[in-house]
Amino acid sequence: MSDAAVKMEKESFWERNRKSSGYLLKKMTRQTVYKIIRAFLLFGMCFLILQPILNKISVSFMEERDLYNNTIISVPEHFTTQNYFLAADLMDYGKTLINTIGVSLTIALLQIAVCTLVGYGFARFEFPLKKMWFVCVLLVIIVPPQTISTSLYLHFRYFDIFGIIGAIRGEGINLRGSKLPYYLMSAGCMGLKNGLYIYMIRQFFRNIPKELEEAAYVDGCGIFSTFARIMLPDATPILTSCFLFSFVWEWTDSFYAKMFMGNTRLLARELSMIADRVNQYVSLVVGDRTGASVAYTSCMISTGMLMVIVPLLILYLFAQKGFVESISSSGIKM
Amino acid sequence: MKKQKKLAGLQKRKAIAGYMFILPFIVGFLAFMIQPMAQSLYMSFCDVQVGAGSFSPQFKGIVNYVRAFTLDAEFNRLLTEEISRMCINSLAIMVFSFFVALILNQKFKGRALVRAIFFLPVILSSGVIIGVETDNKLMASIQDAIGQTASSGISITGAIEEILQTAGIGTRAFSKVFEIVDGIYDVAIASGIQIIIFLSGLQTISQSMYEAADIEGCTAWESLWKITFPMISSLFVVNWIYTIVDFCMRTDNEVIKKISEEITIQINYGFASAMSWIYFGVVILIIGISSLIISKGVYYYE
Repeated sequence: MSDAAVKMEKESFWERNRKSSGYLLKKMTRQTVYKIIRAFLLFGMCFLILQPILNKISVSFMEERDLYNNTIISVPEHFTTQNYFLAADLMDYGKTLINTIGVSLTIALLQIAVCTLVGYGFARFEFPLKKMWFVCVLLVIIVPPQTISTSLYLHFRYFDIFGIIGAIRGEGINLRGSKLPYYLMSAGCMGLKNGLYIYMIRQFFRNIPKELEEAAYVDGCGIFSTFARIMLPDATPILTSCFLFSFVWEWTDSFYAKMFMGNTRLLARELSMIADRVNQYVSLVVGDRTGASVAYTSCMISTGMLMVIVPLLILYLFAQKGFVESISSSGIKM
Repeated sequence: MKKQKKLAGLQKRKAIAGYMFILPFIVGFLAFMIQPMAQSLYMSFCDVQVGAGSFSPQFKGIVNYVRAFTLDAEFNRLLTEEISRMCINSLAIMVFSFFVALILNQKFKGRALVRAIFFLPVILSSGVIIGVETDNKLMASIQDAIGQTASSGISITGAIEEILQTAGIGTRAFSKVFEIVDGIYDVAIASGIQIIIFLSGLQTISQSMYEAADIEGCTAWESLWKITFPMISSLFVVNWIYTIVDFCMRTDNEVIKKISEEITIQINYGFASAMSWIYFGVVILIIGISSLIISKGVYYYE
C-alpha cells in the first residue's frame, strides 16, 4: 500500500496526466489561467484605488509652472515642498491637528463606551418592549441626520431641557458654537453612525455562549461585574474596530462639525475652506488681483487633503488588523 | 411556590438591568431623535420666522410641500436625478462588493496587502474628503476639456463605447452601463464596509459544505450559486440598506446640498424641512419595498 503511494509520487506529471486521461492537465491549465486573470483583476483594482493618492502626492511636490507643462505627468521637474508649508500655514496645521485629535479621540471613546453598554443590553437581557427599542435602533441607522438637522440646529440654538431652563431664564441657552451639544448627542448614542456600532456590537455579544455568563453568575459575579470582567475582555477585537471606525469617521466628518463646532478649528472644516483661503492668500499677499488659478487651487487642495489623511494612513498602517481582520475573520453573523 | 417567586425576582432584576444598559440610548433617542423629528415635521408645515432670542413657526398647511413640487425650479429634477443615481450606484456597489469579497476570501500571495488596499476607501471616502474630491473633479474636467484636443481617441473603452453605440441596439441601456464603468472609481471607493460585511459572512460558511458538494460533483460555479449565495443572502439586505443610507449621507449629494443651502443661506427652515421630509419619505419607501423584495429570497439556515 505504502509502496504504491511512493510510486505514485515518483511518477512524472505527464504519467499521471495520462492515467487520468487528460483530466489533470485540464485542471492545471484552468487553475493557472484563473490565477492569472485574478492577478490582473486585483492589480487593476488596487491601482484604481491607489492612483488618485499617488497622483495627489506627485502633484503636491510640483511648482506652479509644472502644472501647466503638458510633458510633466507624474515626476515634478521643479521639486518643491513649498506647497506643504503654505497649506500648513493656511490651515494652521499644528493647532488644528491637536484640536482634531482631541475631539476625535474623546468623541470616539465616549461613543464606543455608550454603544457597548447599549449593545450589551440588547444582546444579553430580556425585557419588555425590547423589540420596539431595537426597531428604534434600526430607525436611527436609517434616518439620515440631514432630515432632522434643521430642527437640531434650532434645538441647540435655543437649548432647553424639558422647559426647565426657559422657566428660569426666560429663554433657552445658545449652545451653537460650543462643543457640548455634540458630546451630549454622543452620550445619547445619536452621533455619526452610532446605530451601526450598536448593531455590530450587539451581533458580537449575541454569539458569546450563554454558559459563560451563567458560570459567572454561579460564581457570585453580579450583573455589572460579569459584564466588565467576563464579557468586555472577550469583546476587545470588535470594540477596537468600532473605535477605529468611529475615530476615522469623526476625523473626516464635516457635517456635524459644521453644525456644532463652528468655533473649533478642525481639519475637516479647514480642508473644505482651503480653496477660498488660497484665493485670498494669492490676491492679498502675492498681490495678484485675479486670485489663484484653477490648477494651483486644485494643487493646494490635493496638498491639504494629503495632510489631512496622512495621520489616518499612519494609523491605518499600524492598526490595519483592527480595521480589517477583526471583523472579517471573526465571522459575525450580521 | 417560593422558588417561582424567586425566579420571577431574578427575571425582574435582569429586566431592570437591561433597561439600565440601554438607558443612554432611550434618553438620547427621545431627546435628540424623536423631539427634533417631531419638531421638524411640524416645521415643514409652517412658515418659520427666526427673530432675536426665539423663533416662531406659523402654521401654514402644506404650502411648503406644494412649493417644493410645483414652484421650486430645481427640486423635482434634483430629486429624481439623485434617486435614480442612488439605485443604479447601489446595485453596482452590491455586485462589485460581493465579487470582491469572494476573491478576497480565497487564498493567494499578498492577500493581506490587497485587503488593506481595498479597505483604504473606508478612510478615503468618508466625510469631507469625498466632497472635496468632487470639487476637484470639476477642475479636472476643465483641464480635460483643455487637453482633449491634444489627446483624443487613445482610450480603449472609448473605442468600444463608440462601436457599441453605433450598433443602435439598446443604446440607453448601454449608456447606463458605460456610466457605471466610467464611475467604477466611485463604486470601488463606496464599497469598503460592504466588502467587510460580506467577508465576515463568507467566514461563517463551513468548509465541509463545499467539500461535500465537490465530492458530489458540483463545480465551483454551481456551488457559488447553490451554497455561497443562499448562505449569505441575509447579508444582502443588510448591505443594501447600508449602501442606500450611506449614499444619502454623502456630502456630494445634490439634494442634501440644496437643503443645507436653504438652511444656512436662505434661512428658510420650513421649506428646508419640507424638502428633507420628502427626500426621507422617498428613501424610506425605496428601502422598505426593496428590502421586502430581497428578503423574500433570503434563505435562513438553522
